[in-house]
Amino acid sequence: MRVTVNVRRRPDIADPQGTTVARALRDLGFDVDGVRMNKEIVLEVDGDDPAEVEARVAEMCTQLLANPVMDDFEITVG
Amino acid sequence: MSVAVIVFPGTNCEHDAVWALGDLGADAELVWHRETDLSSFDGVVLPGGFAHGDALRTGAIARFSPVMAEVERLAAAGAPVLGICNGFQILCEAHLLPGVLLENRDLRFICRPVHVRVEETDTVLTRSATAGDVLEIPLNSYEGNYRGPTDVRVAARYCGPDGTVDEEWNPNGSMGSIAAIANDRGNVAAIMPHPERAMEAVLGSTGGRTLLQSFVDSLTPARV
Repeated sequence: MRVTVNVRRRPDIADPQGTTVARALRDLGFDVDGVRMNKEIVLEVDGDDPAEVEARVAEMCTQLLANPVMDDFEITVG
Repeated sequence: MSVAVIVFPGTNCEHDAVWALGDLGADAELVWHRETDLSSFDGVVLPGGFAHGDALRTGAIARFSPVMAEVERLAAAGAPVLGICNGFQILCEAHLLPGVLLENRDLRFICRPVHVRVEETDTVLTRSATAGDVLEIPLNSYEGNYRGPTDVRVAARYCGPDGTVDEEWNPNGSMGSIAAIANDRGNVAAIMPHPERAMEAVLGSTGGRTLLQSFVDSLTPARV
């Protein structure tokens, strides 16, 4: 089963990369209010029950894939 | 007094750390990250480098290396534990210290000497220093931009050569110009610049000696 995890830095945590990309876009003449650089992680995992798979991936996020100090995450199964 | 200098795949400052600690009178020894028994050591240093190639986040994978359970055990027992650069990042990921190290404000890898001012001295990193001491130490990092709780114990801040702390002398955007922190107990500490590279005047400065001397002076016979 394919599971996609979107790891986002929490809004109150600085994102220097996003700030730099926003500046570059403005330099190119684009009207951009802000940019945040998220991380998409695509997992292939065994399992038939989407709820069970999601719970398992949530545990992976809590332990390793996201840093609870600075990140939020969103899981999409299938 | 013996110190375990932990080596992860990608660590690259371990030999400097062993040499510096040895020069200050400690018996320092390289320990591979898969070791599961540190009971013969009185303290631990997590040196700089790029553990596990910085995959995912700096320190994120290293945190789960087998040796880290022992590092946590020694830390809980009150033994001195010091993280330098990548070691700082690993201690934060392991939640042995609060906060996180983000990319530098200007997205540049910074490799140059900086000055830090000693703040709290009740830590294994600053015990032999005096609050207000200004030390010149090389900084060598891309993720050195500290973010953490506002009441974090600060061991040192980036400053100018005269000790001035302001944004002009903040190399990487770190919160409150923080360069080094400690836990509440003071036995776990970490610093982003490299004191082990500031041991000899002929190589630039001796600013690191006081800090590593503090660590060596904090060692007491193994208690665990």
